[in-house]
Amino acid sequence: MIEARGLSKRFQDKKRGEIHAVENVSFTCQPGKIYGLLGANGAGKTTTLRMLATILEPTDGTAIVSGYDVVEQPEKVRANVGFLSTATALYPRLTAQEMVEYFGRLNGLDEATLKKRVDDIFARLDMNSFRERRCDKLSTGMKQKTSIARTLVHDPPVMIFDEPTTGLDVMTARTIIGFIADCRGLGKTVIFSTHIMSEVERLCDHIGIIHGGKLLEEGTLSELRAKHNEHNLEEIIVKVVGPLLANAEA
Amino acid sequence: MNLHAIGVVYRKELTEWLRDRRTLISTVLVPLLAFPILISGMISLSTVLIGSAKKEVPKIMILHGEDSPAVVAALSANKDLQVVPYAGNWKDQISDKQIRAAVDIPDGFQASLDKGAPETIQIDYYEGEIKSEFGAEHVEKSLKAYRDDLVKKRLEAKNLPDSLIAPFDIKQQNVAPPEKVGGASIGSMIGYMVIILSMTGAIYPAIDLTAGEKERGTMETILSSPVSRLDLVLGKFLLVFSASLTTAILSVTSMGLSFAYMGHALSSSADTSGAGIHMNLGLTSVVAVFLMALPLSVLFSAVLMTVALFAKTYKEAQSYLTPMTFIVVIPAVASILPGVELTPKLALIPILNTSLVCKEIITGTYHWNSIAVIFASTCVYAAAAIFIAVKTFQRESVLFRS
Repeated sequence: MIEARGLSKRFQDKKRGEIHAVENVSFTCQPGKIYGLLGANGAGKTTTLRMLATILEPTDGTAIVSGYDVVEQPEKVRANVGFLSTATALYPRLTAQEMVEYFGRLNGLDEATLKKRVDDIFARLDMNSFRERRCDKLSTGMKQKTSIARTLVHDPPVMIFDEPTTGLDVMTARTIIGFIADCRGLGKTVIFSTHIMSEVERLCDHIGIIHGGKLLEEGTLSELRAKHNEHNLEEIIVKVVGPLLANAEA
Repeated sequence: MNLHAIGVVYRKELTEWLRDRRTLISTVLVPLLAFPILISGMISLSTVLIGSAKKEVPKIMILHGEDSPAVVAALSANKDLQVVPYAGNWKDQISDKQIRAAVDIPDGFQASLDKGAPETIQIDYYEGEIKSEFGAEHVEKSLKAYRDDLVKKRLEAKNLPDSLIAPFDIKQQNVAPPEKVGGASIGSMIGYMVIILSMTGAIYPAIDLTAGEKERGTMETILSSPVSRLDLVLGKFLLVFSASLTTAILSVTSMGLSFAYMGHALSSSADTSGAGIHMNLGLTSVVAVFLMALPLSVLFSAVLMTVALFAKTYKEAQSYLTPMTFIVVIPAVASILPGVELTPKLALIPILNTSLVCKEIITGTYHWNSIAVIFASTCVYAAAAIFIAVKTFQRESVLFRS
């Protein structure tokens, strides 16, 4: 389970001064559900997810991830989280197997458990044909599978995906989408940021619309449709964000 | 601190490091091959040049001397010289390397000798041209032999002993122990090389493990793992430190073997006067130098990592670290300048102090107070550098600089 409690993040920028990347964001993601965080580029999605994964520390507020506080117990949070984004690359000079094993060891798995876990994952994701191949020699699809295996090796109860399909071809994106759906099936808590509406409609149980660092709207897809009297999700986002954009331009 | 996690990070970094061709070239191949190639190249070249210069019977020209047949005959009789007929363009012939030297015998030389009046014979040659210098040397030797013979005959004519002209001999004898002789000639250089190379060996991995990781997009991946930033930076630091030591050890070993080979090659040749290199360095001294350089290597590794971490790309990190090379080179060079000696104040200046104490250690001088102060102060600097590296690794503004 993820419970964000007034998460805020401010950065100092030499030219622009203090930037409020995320302001007082609170929401809850339940196990076995997929929470979709929607927003334009720069809306605060990545910063929010990085705070949940403890890669960034909140300026204010906190979040409880799988029972651990992101501010007080960041290492325990990370041990319970699988984090995947297009920015999480692989080590080019390690083989696919070494890459996954490295993260298994960092997660404290003993060698026997690690071997079993790696064998299971490689078989499940059909990765045995390239397990000994170096990551810099893998195709994009193989790399994504290796990244997935890397996030799964310690069997985390929480999965965080930050725009995981951005820049990927259709087939590779399908692999990722299928994997996210599988995570829900396994009872994991999943939070997922994207600006691809079809993915949201297909996957998400709960949706949060974020803009300017603030969570503007939250609910299930049907609740949002009913509230805004609009079927198309893109139109719903325009209705939610549009007035703010107009004010900002004015 | 989790030693297991540090070990896991270190092993992974080591695996990647050993698989990087650039690493093998810069850390292993270059230090191993640079000195042997340089030294053997120098030896081969000098052997060929000197050998061919020595083998040659130099062509010389005698200017004037028509009224001094005895000295002309002495020069002509020397088998190591080939006297060619006089030509007006003798200066051009020397410059064009057609002849090696010219002997200018003043008019009335023989007559002056007979009267006992002083005279000067001038040897004209091409300075910096090895064959011309050898030619001039041969001429001078031949003239000296003629002069000595003349003196001897004059002494005999007056029934005076040879010792009249040389009442005593002068001989130089070295009394310093062999390791000090070696240290004086090359000792300061060993310390300097260990210091410079332990830094250059750390540069590439320091960049690769920080800015390189950011550039490749793996920084966010590793930061999402449960390893603490402290363990992560220590694991990385250990690898940079290992690389630094490896380069220094390989370079000094290679340099030592090359100099030993050069010393052997030069001493086995007929003329060793120009060698000037002694390799009587004790293993204990070299090991002591490495021990003194250890905290400095820690300091370099931590500082280089910290600076490189600020960069977003490999190239940016290189532009930051290149000026740092000068910061290290200047005190290291200062220490090998003649007259720069270890003082209590200098003992607190990092790099310079280690370089100076290494110079002393190599000559077999162990000032334990200075050694303790230098080792301790460098350890403090190194610990501070590691602390700063760890703190920098915890700064989001550095890790996610955009």
